[in-house]
Amino acid sequence: MSGNASPSPPASPEIDDGTKTVIGIAFGNTTSSIAYTTPDGKAEVIANEEGDRQIPSVLSWVGSEEYHGTQAKSHLIRNAKNTVAYFRDFLGKKYSEIDPTNSHNSAHPLDVDGVPSFNLQQADDETVSTVSINEITTRHLIRLRDSASDFLGRKVTGAVITVPTDFSDTQKEALVAAAKAGELEVLQIIHEPVAAVLAYAARRTPEAQGVDRNILVADLGGTRCDAAVVASRGGMYTILATAHDYGLGGLRLDEVLVNHFSKEFIKKHKVDPGNERSLAKLRLEAEGTKRTLSLGTSATISIESLADGYDFHSTINRLRYELSAKKVFDQVVSLVENVVKKAELDLLDIGEVILSGGTSHTPKIASRIAALFPDSVPVNAPATLTTALNPSELSARGAAIQASLIAEFDKEDIEQSTHPAVTVAPHLSHPIGVVIGEDNSFQTILEAQTAVPARRIAQFDVQADGDVIVRICEGIREIVVEKVERQVNVIAEAAIRGAKRGGKVEVTINVGSDLGLNVAARVIGTQIGVRGEVKPEAGSAQ
Amino acid sequence: MASVKIPKPLPTLPEDWNSESNFIVHAPLSPAVHRNLSPAGPHFLAHARRKRHSRTFSEDDRIQAQQNVKNVEDEDAGEISEAESPVLLSRDPKDWKNQDHYAVLGLSKYRYKATEEQIKKAHRKKVLKHHPDKKAAVGAVDDDSFFKCIQKAMEILSDPVKRRQFDSVDEGANRDPPSKKSKGNFYKGWGPVFESEGRFSRKQPVPKLGDDKSIKAEVEEFYNFWYNFDSWRTFEYLDEEVPDDNENRDQKRYIQRKNNASRAKRKTEDTARLRKLVDDALSLDTRIKKFREEEKKLRNAKKDAREAEEKRLAEEARIKAEEDKKRKEEEEAREKAQKADSKKAREAAKNAVKKNRRVLKGSVKDVNYFASGDATPAVIDRVLGEVELVISKIDNEDLQTLARNLSGTRGADAIKSTWVEAVGELVKKGNAKVEDFKVFTS
Repeated sequence: MSGNASPSPPASPEIDDGTKTVIGIAFGNTTSSIAYTTPDGKAEVIANEEGDRQIPSVLSWVGSEEYHGTQAKSHLIRNAKNTVAYFRDFLGKKYSEIDPTNSHNSAHPLDVDGVPSFNLQQADDETVSTVSINEITTRHLIRLRDSASDFLGRKVTGAVITVPTDFSDTQKEALVAAAKAGELEVLQIIHEPVAAVLAYAARRTPEAQGVDRNILVADLGGTRCDAAVVASRGGMYTILATAHDYGLGGLRLDEVLVNHFSKEFIKKHKVDPGNERSLAKLRLEAEGTKRTLSLGTSATISIESLADGYDFHSTINRLRYELSAKKVFDQVVSLVENVVKKAELDLLDIGEVILSGGTSHTPKIASRIAALFPDSVPVNAPATLTTALNPSELSARGAAIQASLIAEFDKEDIEQSTHPAVTVAPHLSHPIGVVIGEDNSFQTILEAQTAVPARRIAQFDVQADGDVIVRICEGIREIVVEKVERQVNVIAEAAIRGAKRGGKVEVTINVGSDLGLNVAARVIGTQIGVRGEVKPEAGSAQ
Repeated sequence: MASVKIPKPLPTLPEDWNSESNFIVHAPLSPAVHRNLSPAGPHFLAHARRKRHSRTFSEDDRIQAQQNVKNVEDEDAGEISEAESPVLLSRDPKDWKNQDHYAVLGLSKYRYKATEEQIKKAHRKKVLKHHPDKKAAVGAVDDDSFFKCIQKAMEILSDPVKRRQFDSVDEGANRDPPSKKSKGNFYKGWGPVFESEGRFSRKQPVPKLGDDKSIKAEVEEFYNFWYNFDSWRTFEYLDEEVPDDNENRDQKRYIQRKNNASRAKRKTEDTARLRKLVDDALSLDTRIKKFREEEKKLRNAKKDAREAEEKRLAEEARIKAEEDKKRKEEEEAREKAQKADSKKAREAAKNAVKKNRRVLKGSVKDVNYFASGDATPAVIDRVLGEVELVISKIDNEDLQTLARNLSGTRGADAIKSTWVEAVGELVKKGNAKVEDFKVFTS
């Protein structure tokens, strides 16, 4: 009890206010990302201990030592048999259903009672243990969670995970179970294209989020490409169609470069770098070269002792690369065209394009897709739009935003909100609009594919004193030279009498879930107004 | 919801509009397509909320708006909102030593418990309100005294070392112990006292006073803690003079010494005060008495048990001794009886022998000693002599047989033959010699 001691102040008691720390995880076949939402609502992608924001979904074991991410990926060269890669798509599937093509260069999946598993050396002695895909996934998620916890300095309690649109219910269950085994609560599983849309929507004002348009999301990954048409109506998203190409992706572009460099190496040294080790080295370096080519117009590759002790140095320019990869680009473009067709839409119906996934960095892919659409349609990719977000981070960001939205929800709340009773909603099959102008043109107010109940408010000018008519119509789509939504059948008419010139008429259209229509038209700032109701046709909606 | 502004005007009402009503319904909407909404994004969550609670758009807008307003109010209420008394506002900033810094910042209900965050927020709020620029704007010129108080309070409370020094002497956080005469609840009266004293403890957490239900170990731990209290309380804040750089070295040292002495004195006083406080509490604590009684009861119970045991053992010993005695007596009685029995038998045997002898002697007398006519004393003597010889030689059994045989026989010849027989037996056994007998030989 020394009198002169000046001890530090009483540490403020640790307040356990029960705040939840939630993150978004983009669990990809090739890479995974983790993101969190800052207190001011911005989603940020977290770098792991090695500084990677795109963490390769690779796990490797040397003795009892476990490697993850980039470190594990480099083990594909000398420790391929103990390295598990591209395993996401195996999760929750039977052995008979999986396509192990991408595992040729790593540990190969085995059939253990139908569950894809791997024989791995995970101990310091030479014993081989059989590890199921679920355990691998658990380990991967634990590593991601720990990276996030280390970064945030708080224990991560829950996560929203993104999956492709073709993830089946069994796969989702397996993912939830794997996460649970790693003490990570999955708050919700959302689809990658929707996450990408959310990531962009979060940057906009609430008004701009509500603007109705059809968004085409092309998710170009490492091993597969997915495309989806998402209808955004008043900030709610409905997936209209999806298309998948399981053989298309960044690996195909790597392969193009590998072939190119192999040929060059053979020409130079008369040696074929065809053995597994040489190919693995070449593949790893070719990926780096591909990335450089996305940024600059030429790139170098240098590999020490590629084959027979020969070092390899070479350069390639972008034009040459794009010529060699033309076939791959064509496939991507046809995938995009295909998905629009599947949605029974025209390319003109698309109001925005979002390119997601690492392969979207490739400038040629972005410009080829942009060429499909009119100039007014923004194509969100780094090569075509400077304001574009990093396409590799979109899924994680979207997941983080969704996580922050539902962080305070109870488990029951989330379950109820995502229940089909809530998510299944009737969507308008035709647009609803008002006839305007002296030429009686059709002004769309509610787009087709709008989920009801819905409410839209529109303001119209009044040109001259006197009575005006609000003619509410359903439109049909007709593509002539440009998109026209022509009125066909008049639903209702409302007469507003005594409107003053220069005044504004506000029309509110409310569509109920039973397709009943409530119309209110009033002159702003006056008592003049008309209110009417259109009863739904019996049996038109349940 | 924001409305979309459409630049084109509405058409004028056609001349042929001849309906009475201003609203004509022509046709219902065409059927809808059912699709799955993606359950993501804020707008979907709003949709889910509306659907689950079956609210309309306007209802939901209203409820959400209400909730938002409430949130803001809650936030404000959770923060510092203490009224400033006129006395506080008119404080002289030079008298900062006697100023209650927590009250100045409006944190008097938190005091030592206020977090750094709270202090920062409180300071910001006060500054926004009392900044001299603001006062000047409303006309009150040159009145920045309370602002200086705020700045001083912040200076003290934002510095961990200075804050500790102030906390050490913060009278506002002290709780006076209830007076000894007060009849109030002991735990209610003393609990806050120890809680406020506990803030000086280097060891955290500080054990709680507890209540009637506390177990003995807890209470003991509590008092042990307080008797071994390790306090960080210091008294630099009460230094009367602070050495300043202008004074000479000796003067500074003198002040330093004086200060150190007064700090040490205060510290000792504080330790003594705390000691007395704990003593008082201990003396008033009914639990101590309760525990003692319980202990006593426990000890007594042990003693009683021991005594009962002893008593029981004594009783057992007594019963055993009695039983032993009884058994011994019985045994003795039995032995005696046995002895008596054998004496009787012996006497009976003796009597029998006597009787047999008498029978033997009588048998020869009855037949007049085998003499015809009066027997001469010599004959009698000889016969009796031989009878005596037989008696002395014969064993008891044979004697009995003989006596029985003799008593059953009549007539001198028969008796004589019986005797001869007996003698013959005797001789045969080798107990007597033939030549000794003259009469009883055939």
